[in-house]
Amino acid sequence: MFRGLSFAAVLRWLAMAANPEGYASLLRFLPGGAKAGAAFVEQSASAAARPSMAASPAQMLATGRDLRLDLFRGLALWLIFLDHIPNNVVNYFTLRNYGFSDATEIFIFISGYTAAFVYGRAMRERGFIISSARILRRAWQIYVAHIFLFTIFMAEIAYVAATFSNPLYAEEMNILGFLKQPDVTIFQALILKFKPVNMDVLPLYIVLLLLFPPMLRVLLWQPAYALMGAAVVYVLALHFDINFPAYPNGVWVFNPFAWQLLFVFGAWCAVGGAQWLSGLLRSRIVFGLAIMYLLFALFITLTWHFEWLGTFVPNWLGAMIYPIDKTNLDVLRFAHFLALAAITVRFVSRDWRGLESPILRPAILCGQHSLEIFCLGVFLAFAGQFIISQWSGGVLVQTGISIAGILVMIATASLISWYKGMEGRSHQQRAKASPGNLAGGEA
Amino acid sequence: MKFITAVAAVFTLTIGPASAADECEVPQSFIASDVVLARVMKEIKANHRLNISVIGTGSSTLPGPDGASFAYPARLQDALKQLLPGNEIKVVAHVQSRQTTAEMAAQLTAILAADKPALVVWQAGTFDAVRGIEPEEFSASLVAGVETIVKTGADVDLLNMQYSPHTEALLNVSAYADVMQWVAQEHGTLLFNRLAIMRYWNDQGTFDLYTATKTSDMARRVHNCLGRALAYQIVNAAHLTP
Repeated sequence: MFRGLSFAAVLRWLAMAANPEGYASLLRFLPGGAKAGAAFVEQSASAAARPSMAASPAQMLATGRDLRLDLFRGLALWLIFLDHIPNNVVNYFTLRNYGFSDATEIFIFISGYTAAFVYGRAMRERGFIISSARILRRAWQIYVAHIFLFTIFMAEIAYVAATFSNPLYAEEMNILGFLKQPDVTIFQALILKFKPVNMDVLPLYIVLLLLFPPMLRVLLWQPAYALMGAAVVYVLALHFDINFPAYPNGVWVFNPFAWQLLFVFGAWCAVGGAQWLSGLLRSRIVFGLAIMYLLFALFITLTWHFEWLGTFVPNWLGAMIYPIDKTNLDVLRFAHFLALAAITVRFVSRDWRGLESPILRPAILCGQHSLEIFCLGVFLAFAGQFIISQWSGGVLVQTGISIAGILVMIATASLISWYKGMEGRSHQQRAKASPGNLAGGEA
Repeated sequence: MKFITAVAAVFTLTIGPASAADECEVPQSFIASDVVLARVMKEIKANHRLNISVIGTGSSTLPGPDGASFAYPARLQDALKQLLPGNEIKVVAHVQSRQTTAEMAAQLTAILAADKPALVVWQAGTFDAVRGIEPEEFSASLVAGVETIVKTGADVDLLNMQYSPHTEALLNVSAYADVMQWVAQEHGTLLFNRLAIMRYWNDQGTFDLYTATKTSDMARRVHNCLGRALAYQIVNAAHLTP
């Protein structure tokens, strides 16, 4: 718990240690720091030479869309698809086997970033009511998509229950108990309490969006307050064990009160936090720390797969880090994501030419239509798993299904892109200007 | 993992009579451990007897009136008698379906007092996953139980879930398996990795665990092999040469 509490203190300290110039802009993003920051800027000639740092959060939104977001969200969608097919050899190559965090962190962070980017501009140009309505409409779309997926899932499960039986698995088949009470189960699914395995991300996203309008308002007014508020909620949720209840038992797999921190952090980066962080990210100390942390995480993760390596992990260290809690976005996972992000932005700059290359185009396309492709991925994972279980798929079948799934995702994203392009053009012909254009992407 | 499996397969071991040897093949790496079952070793060497309590839920037995006699606890007793001839071996199974680990932990004191076991094989996790018990809560119950057992001087062997490919999309057991691995590692107890062993058998084609069947034939063969592998693991960890 105490690790979360000192979040702001750590930020201040890191900024000071790594980059005294950047500290001025950091102060702007921390509560009560605006005045101190201004004073610091006056003293620092080099800081004054960077006017962008002093720009208001609303101004920061005006810049164009960052293709890196689409690229990494697209890659995250592929990884989520692969991770959702159990017993798949291709899984051994996904992110989660090499560190604490996985594609979920990337997806939620980028979703927060894009939400602030798209709706922040809407809020500035059209006001609180209109932008809030848009955010809520988006939440509704995601809800409908989730229920659609649930229906497909129920069909598959009902089929398995009707056709599969084996005395060896009498205990495991208890999980199908919910089929005996469709009235309760379907209602619980509609209120998002009953969520089958691997269908936890969209409900999280829905809750995050429902709470986003007031949060965005604060982000545009005082970004630091929003971030601090999110951190406080995170710490309180962990301390008092607050989470949404699930049906028939337990709590949500992704605790919205914990994961909102990553979402708001993404949004904070979009309204100017990223520019501020750029100073920190250029520092060699941060780079070194990030590399060291990633190596540490890699080693710990490898001990899960190679038990003999576990003997090198002293008991006190194990007691300190375990369990690495995904439900409550463990600090170790969050830190791992930050380290990955720090290294990524160092090597992949915003104007990197590779972003235009045809090789990365498929991932970018998928990232630009994330809701559709995410849902498709969940469906394809169901279908893939079904095929593997019906035909006792070997390594070749598993690899084939993985590749085919990603190809279907790319083809669908291309189709949506083409269709939206067509529609966009006809819209433009009708009303020449189209305010609030999403620059090829969506929140 | 598959890579290790493949490498480990080269160093496989076989146990028991030659006729059933091939079917129950398990890679040494799944059985080997640095943990020493000191109490088991002492009981056999000093008193030539061994009392084992198996505590578990539905997956520690088989359906039907004679199911228990074909389930792994009974097979474990037979296999140990073969491996350790001249010793008095008694395996008592306390198996009840639909129990969470917290419920099992609550009964431990009574079971330990009645059986006075040198070793407790504790199968857990499946029903917790079915019920959606939080992994943290599962971990706390497991730790409390392990500490209760260790206090009586008995050794512990934690036994994790079955590999069940058909329910994988519904029932995510990996978080619970991770907890069991950490608890075993932290408390220096043995872990029988049923999940990995059954997955290995499935991958090797020894048992096609995707098969839908109403008969108990395959289930009995699987339990027989589990009992034998468990016996081998215990003998190995107690440094007793069969």
